[in-house]
Amino acid sequence: MPISTPILTLNKQPIVRRSFLLGMTSAMVAGPAFALDKATATQLVDRLVAEINRVINSGGSEGKLIRAFENIFAQYADVDIIARSALGPAARSASSSELNAFSRAFRGYIARKYGKQFQEFIGSSIVVTRTKNRGKFFEVEASVRLKATTPFEVSFRVSDRSGENLFFDIIIEGISLLSSERVEIGALLDSRNGNIARLTRDLVNLG
Amino acid sequence: MFEYGNRITILIATGLILLLSACGQRSGEMVYDPFERLNRGTHAFNKGLDRNLLSPVSKGYTAVVPDPVKNGISNFASNLSLPGKVVNNILQLDMFAATSNTFRFVINSTFGLAGIFDPSDSMGLEERDADFGQTLQRLGVGEGAYAELPIFGPSNMRDGIGLIVDMVLLDPASYTLKSPVTSYRTGSRVGEVLQKRQIYGDQIDEVLYESADSYAQSRLVYLQNRRFQLKDTSSDAYIDPYSDLE
Repeated sequence: MPISTPILTLNKQPIVRRSFLLGMTSAMVAGPAFALDKATATQLVDRLVAEINRVINSGGSEGKLIRAFENIFAQYADVDIIARSALGPAARSASSSELNAFSRAFRGYIARKYGKQFQEFIGSSIVVTRTKNRGKFFEVEASVRLKATTPFEVSFRVSDRSGENLFFDIIIEGISLLSSERVEIGALLDSRNGNIARLTRDLVNLG
Repeated sequence: MFEYGNRITILIATGLILLLSACGQRSGEMVYDPFERLNRGTHAFNKGLDRNLLSPVSKGYTAVVPDPVKNGISNFASNLSLPGKVVNNILQLDMFAATSNTFRFVINSTFGLAGIFDPSDSMGLEERDADFGQTLQRLGVGEGAYAELPIFGPSNMRDGIGLIVDMVLLDPASYTLKSPVTSYRTGSRVGEVLQKRQIYGDQIDEVLYESADSYAQSRLVYLQNRRFQLKDTSSDAYIDPYSDLE
């Protein structure tokens, strides 16, 4: 169910991002949006990890898995902010409807691109290890062990600066999803002469 | 004891390191790449090398050679690189790691039959990775400009110098081993690379062949991962997407 979410305008005034009713429903689904602190940040990631584990071990076709991941991403991530950041400087001169459309296409692209890789995660364990207060956001660290390999470190950066507690970056062994997507989207945009609308159309087939 | 060639290397390395310390990157930047044009050329070369040689050969190697043999070969190579790591552990005054790695080397070389088996691993005695680039970083040398090295791939000024120093100067195994063991060692290193290429195959392929700008992507992956490994916080590693809107 695509949620039509008007993004921040060019005047940088945050608009109410979801209709009130939808907000209430999503709050009940994603959990009450308490003030962000160490405990709530950790809980968010705990729930996120549990959801991911559930989807991975549920079996089902790749298409089904990817749709499930798209929902998880929509629910737990600040998709608009990530999408906007991925566009880089180009976002400043884009209209809010362009940003909107891009954000929706971006969501599907991310779900396909990263959802594909989760096949390897079957039978793995993700354990949240600790949470750090970084001033403007919280960093929740986890250790991932794929079957019998050496565990690797993942951290989730959680913020409430969009009005809800959401994660805005995932860092795997030091490599940031946000940075990586900014490089990728930047290159895709360059090869389309900065045409965001064209990129939005093409994104549907990428990932 | 030191050959003439080694003296030259020491001289050049010292000179480069001093140069490096003098001109570092502007702090707070994520990517400092003044040699981008040159690097992109090297990247194209490396990518061709991978596509035409490394990738197909590693697929063949993986398919043909049985797992235990592949593992044995990689273990042999990795074991012989331990003395070099111990040297760097000592240079960094990390005696815990030095001792740990030494034990590992001794146990694997004896009970592990010249390093082909890895009994240390099941004892929980893991490798403590160390290289001269890391040693330089501990001494306060900044990473310097990004550099993609021919064949060796993404690196930076400091780590590139570190690599040369490690290979030429700080590798005890190369001083003590004689032929034909040296050629076994070279062969085993090739095997190790081929095996790794396949193990990380999906991720490597994704970056090299499925991204819109494989150069920028591999540069980012390298820099962020290396800084993470070295616990290097001198560069501003990450984006704060909300800061644009504050």
